[in-house]
Amino acid sequence: MRHCLTPLDFSVSELETLFDLAADIEKNPAKYAHACDGKKIATLFYEPSTRTRLSFEAAMMNLGGKALGFAGADQSSAAKGESVADTIRVVSCFADIAAIRHFKEGAAYVAAQYSDIPVINAGDGGHQHPTQTLLDMMTIRQLKGRLGNFTIGICGDLKFGRTVHSLVNALARYENVHFVFISPPELRVPDYITDMLDAKGYTYEECIKIEDVITKLDLLYMTRVQRERFFNEEDYIRLKDFYVLDSRLMRMARDDMYVLHPLPRVNEISVDVDSDPRAAYFKQVQYGVYVRMALILTLLDIHVD
Amino acid sequence: MLNVGKIEEGLVLDHIEAGKAMLLYHYLHLDREEYPVAIIKNARSEEMGKKDILKVECDPDKLNLDPVPFVNPRITINVIKGGEIVEKKVMNPPKEIRGVLKCRNPRCISTIEQGLPHIFYLSDPKRSLPLPLL
Repeated sequence: MRHCLTPLDFSVSELETLFDLAADIEKNPAKYAHACDGKKIATLFYEPSTRTRLSFEAAMMNLGGKALGFAGADQSSAAKGESVADTIRVVSCFADIAAIRHFKEGAAYVAAQYSDIPVINAGDGGHQHPTQTLLDMMTIRQLKGRLGNFTIGICGDLKFGRTVHSLVNALARYENVHFVFISPPELRVPDYITDMLDAKGYTYEECIKIEDVITKLDLLYMTRVQRERFFNEEDYIRLKDFYVLDSRLMRMARDDMYVLHPLPRVNEISVDVDSDPRAAYFKQVQYGVYVRMALILTLLDIHVD
Repeated sequence: MLNVGKIEEGLVLDHIEAGKAMLLYHYLHLDREEYPVAIIKNARSEEMGKKDILKVECDPDKLNLDPVPFVNPRITINVIKGGEIVEKKVMNPPKEIRGVLKCRNPRCISTIEQGLPHIFYLSDPKRSLPLPLL
């Protein structure tokens, strides 16, 4: 039995197969409409989410399956003190696959240790968010036609942003990727990420202002400063509007510099960028459903001819 | 000079950085065992100036020594049998250390989930961080 806990759980060739499957699902949705008839996904969301939970449920429904679960720790037995280990043992009796989001880091790993069904990490604290990474990569692959040979700017909360850590780890397996980390000093990318890049021989630079680097970027990955990751409200307020990508900045960028964002967006991308053809963040959401459909089929070992 | 008697069977951990003997005592879980233990602090050392020494009377094979190189890979482990040193060794840092340290990350699942093993993996044998206080 296989789980999906980090983006590195899949080799580069396995990811190619997964992305090919997701692309085929996009082209031929009817072919997969009954692939999971009679199957159920449990969405165990201890932390609020709109996109990710609905995307998993939509993915299973598109495959002919059904979804059950909860959308907050207060709606589950966690409120009575039940452990993640016990919850997943119970849920294993009800569902065929589980997607778990938890505010504590390592929760999905714990769930996988005790589960009888495949577990997908749908986000664990500031740690990992592998399906977001898979859909980010799928979006890049579809828009740029390749994974590798580009300069990617990653901007915002690089310290606590789990999507950032997952994405950098995943892209650091492809050729000729140059990383440009754009953040306030307080939210710079953790040392373990730059250590990993150093060890693998990837080049990167760190800076504070988007305008200093935007002209050389092939992709710009924006992130939100997340209130829930701060212990101190004052720090959050000071940093939350540090970056605003607007049409003025977009005029400085290349014609094919796509803007990605894991959403939800708050103020870091001005709404006047939404109509720019390079704004790819809503396309990411659509690719997210296809990637999650492909992932569910892969983990359940279901093949459609 | 302080004199502590010889042991017949057990371990003598020598060249411990001065002040670290109690840390090692806890990491080896000696507080949970009934072995006779001598903790010598701030002993004079030509090489180190001051050092700590830990003597444990026990079956040498019964003690999990993984925390020793974790505290400092230069600590010498003397294995004593029949009142004599039968082996003198230093150990490389273990690839994995289990049940010795507790995770200090306040966002870690281990802060709220009971009974989880605390496992740490060696990421870089050349770098070290200050050891957490007990």
